[in-house]
Amino acid sequence: MKRRKKTTGAVPAVRANAHLRLHVNGESREVSFAPHKTLLEVLREDLGLTGTKHGCELGECGTCTVLLDGKPQLSCLVLGLECEDRPIVTVEGLADGPRPDPLQMAFAELGAAQCGYCTPGILCAAKALLDARPEPTRQEIREALSGNLCRCTGYIKIFEAVELAARRRRDPGAQPAHEVLHGRRV
Amino acid sequence: MAVASREALRVVGSAVRKVDGLSKCAGVTKFADDIVLPRMVFCKLHRSPVPHARIVRIDTSKAGKMPGVLAVLTGRDLPIPFGILPVSQDEHALCPDKVRFVGDPVAAVAALDEDIAFEAMNAIRVEYEPLDPILSIEDAIRKPSPRIHDYGDEGNIHKKVALEFGDVERGLGQSDEVLEDTFYYEGSTHLPMEQHAAVGMVEPDGKVTVWSSTQTPHYVHRALAKVLQMPPAHIRVIACPNGGGFGGKSDPFNHEIVVAKLALLTGRPVKITLTREEVFYCHRGRHPVLMRIKTGLTKDGAIKAMHFKSYLDGGGYGSYGVASTYYTGALQTVTYNVENYKFEGLRCFTNKPPCGPKRGHGTPQPRFALEVHLDKIAEKLAIDPAELRLRHLVPPGSLTANYLRVGSIGLGKCIEAVVRGSDWSRKFRRLPHGKGIGLACSSYLCGAGLPIYWNNMPHTGVQLRLDRGGGVVVFCGEIDIGQGSDTVLAQVVAEVLGIDPYDIRIVFGDTDLTPVDLGSYSSRVTLMMGNAAIQAAERAREILAKAAAEKLGVPPDRLGFADRRVFDVESPERGMTFPEAVVLAESRFGTIGTVGSYTPPPSAGKYKGAGVGPSPAYSYSAAVVELDVDPETGWIRVERVHLAHDVGQCINPVLVVGQIEGSVYMGLGEALMEEQVFRTNRNGVHKAPSMLEYKSPTTMEMPDVVSYIIEDPDPNGPFGAKEVGQGPLLPIAPAVVNAVYDAVGVRIDEIPVTPEKILKAIASPAKRFGPRGVPDVTWPEPIRVPTPWGAGPAPWAASGPATRSRPAPITREPRP
Repeated sequence: MKRRKKTTGAVPAVRANAHLRLHVNGESREVSFAPHKTLLEVLREDLGLTGTKHGCELGECGTCTVLLDGKPQLSCLVLGLECEDRPIVTVEGLADGPRPDPLQMAFAELGAAQCGYCTPGILCAAKALLDARPEPTRQEIREALSGNLCRCTGYIKIFEAVELAARRRRDPGAQPAHEVLHGRRV
Repeated sequence: MAVASREALRVVGSAVRKVDGLSKCAGVTKFADDIVLPRMVFCKLHRSPVPHARIVRIDTSKAGKMPGVLAVLTGRDLPIPFGILPVSQDEHALCPDKVRFVGDPVAAVAALDEDIAFEAMNAIRVEYEPLDPILSIEDAIRKPSPRIHDYGDEGNIHKKVALEFGDVERGLGQSDEVLEDTFYYEGSTHLPMEQHAAVGMVEPDGKVTVWSSTQTPHYVHRALAKVLQMPPAHIRVIACPNGGGFGGKSDPFNHEIVVAKLALLTGRPVKITLTREEVFYCHRGRHPVLMRIKTGLTKDGAIKAMHFKSYLDGGGYGSYGVASTYYTGALQTVTYNVENYKFEGLRCFTNKPPCGPKRGHGTPQPRFALEVHLDKIAEKLAIDPAELRLRHLVPPGSLTANYLRVGSIGLGKCIEAVVRGSDWSRKFRRLPHGKGIGLACSSYLCGAGLPIYWNNMPHTGVQLRLDRGGGVVVFCGEIDIGQGSDTVLAQVVAEVLGIDPYDIRIVFGDTDLTPVDLGSYSSRVTLMMGNAAIQAAERAREILAKAAAEKLGVPPDRLGFADRRVFDVESPERGMTFPEAVVLAESRFGTIGTVGSYTPPPSAGKYKGAGVGPSPAYSYSAAVVELDVDPETGWIRVERVHLAHDVGQCINPVLVVGQIEGSVYMGLGEALMEEQVFRTNRNGVHKAPSMLEYKSPTTMEMPDVVSYIIEDPDPNGPFGAKEVGQGPLLPIAPAVVNAVYDAVGVRIDEIPVTPEKILKAIASPAKRFGPRGVPDVTWPEPIRVPTPWGAGPAPWAASGPATRSRPAPITREPRP
């Protein structure tokens, strides 16, 4: 084992921080970070918004999806520097104060979040879909979420939760079909 | 004071929203990588770029001098080996003298930030003396040297086992038909969405805490104590909710030990988060298995004898491999009666990431072989495949040839459900060319009957603390990996105490705070934790009942607990609220806390190897897959999967259906596309260590799933409950392959089924794609065990299958 007795803590000069304003979840935040940092890293490490997760940091799994200018964006593929003054919404910004978004409620009720790790990204992608298409077909939901991998659910409960949330936007009392919760009667 | 009868269940069986559901949807659930501590520094592992080599020299001088680097570790700093099984303590936190696969960790650094750690990791120079890599089962059997490990049964064969129950030769002699097949099941990996992460922290008094995305905090605790040479009392392991596990976070890992050591050396919290590529190297996934099956049957399809051989590609370390090897031979007997049974299995060491337990642990491979084999048998005997299976179901409450105790078996009902639901009898062998339907069944454990290390202690413990306000805190070492174990625990306790599951706070997976639970593996949690929770809750209920009964002036056994009330069941309006009962009891007896624990019943088998396979109960599944195959391109499109699962008693239908759908999904991934494979011509590098190249089903490929919950309560299950997390995966691959045959008339005896294999099979004279044979191996003399029925007729044979109560036979409408 080689261990340095003392560290200087000095960092190379190239790592000088950028300083800018980000507009996250409706709040304006001054933030300072190394210029090569991705939006994902800035959100998690500099803004403490660890609700946004990562699965590959290569743009392959969709886990880190947030909304940028209202559209789904893989936060691992965009630099924090590119996001100055553009509206960013993360999973932490979906709820209306203490009230969960209908999508969040439907995902929780139908078990569309099992381990919950892909959930924040999928919720953001689904939010963008419902904002653009309030009554999406199953095929449109499949396509909108095709960039988001989930290993737990087999996606079916996710489709059903998006459909339930879409219905609840029109009819807050909408309930899932018996078969969705209980399987088919034998 | 017995627990309510099944009919009277209020919380158990209801579609309660997961207790952690909203936290997960709000993004506030803290996974291991979400932990941020003051003064935290970052760790990176330097991994081997070669598959098999001796380490000649490690030069860390440049890395150690880099500004911002706090410490550099090599294998010399952590010389004590570890491993999940006591019989294969063959891993080191960092390789001391030899590397065994591309990705094997050699050195570690801790630095002020991840970028510096990354640069320092790359500045480490290692000189290797290359050794011939062993990259396949055939290689390992043919080349005993260079040896990958200096232990194991011989050369590069880690383990060889041979067991014979009854007399297989005699059974084959009594058979009307003897069929033989060879199968191959490719390896695959768990691919949890969360990359493994761990944080090590040392307190001023020298105690160490490790947070980790682990399914088995107790085993990590043991491994840390062993390698760090510290008293376990000074080590605390906290399992964070896992962002998916599927078995991939069940071993103690290098990085967990390394961050603890680095924390001890630097005095600062140290975090590591693996990259996605590193997760592929951690692996511990599905063993690639080559299999040979030989079965002798009567004309009626009764299995007189079965001889099963399996050859496992284990990768570079032992992991759970010895257990995996036995598992490839254990559960063939728990679905259909097998009169005489022989199993020979071996596991090879190869220079690839170690294989271990992935959802279904050692069972999907032989189940695939057996269920496709049975499909061929049914055709040969001209019996409907569903009917063949129904005729020979293992009777409930019986002992199999290899001494597995089957309790409830709802397989007949499962088969009936999928057959009726899919309109099987109108479709099977009647669909137009290119459309197919296939059926397969399976069974799985509800927890391993024996612990991983030998001891006489319970497998799980649950502790309850009741608050005067009516809240209940439940402490248990279990860890929710997405399957919903927290919710199961809350529902079970809520049921017994008559309160709402949301009145309960769960404290889980913390070796300082919670009683030991062995972990989220082998589908053990619902059954074992559930039973312990019932015991703890009944003890609390007894205390409350005593105090409440005095107050109400009725005998304690006349009290009911429901809807947050304690009341006289004979006049329910007489009673009190649950918090009032707690206050009474606390006034009378002092602070209220209870414990419960669970130990599985002893296994019936007493032979060497009898430790793998016994379980308190077995779950059952049946699947029907409907698909299209384009005969021109070989392209497969799965249209619909019907899956019926016997879960004993459903504790929460949403969780059960979720596990069924998730298992079907993962089974389809393995059946159609997932492959953890390596380039043998390029030094054994992983072929696809990324989520883009490693193909897994997306929203676009996932078919409709029709789930049927079957409830055949098992006497050993909590309220009769059995597992659902792993079982429903098992029949998917064989059902797909059987449906492909129904669609285009070719047999694909190898997983995954790809368009290329289908086209090759269509073009081949035998109309088959699959392995040609198995390597020549000298097997040891088998351990011979008489079957429970000795030399006499098997118990089911005495009465004849037709007299046993079972579902009505499948009748097929006459062909038009």
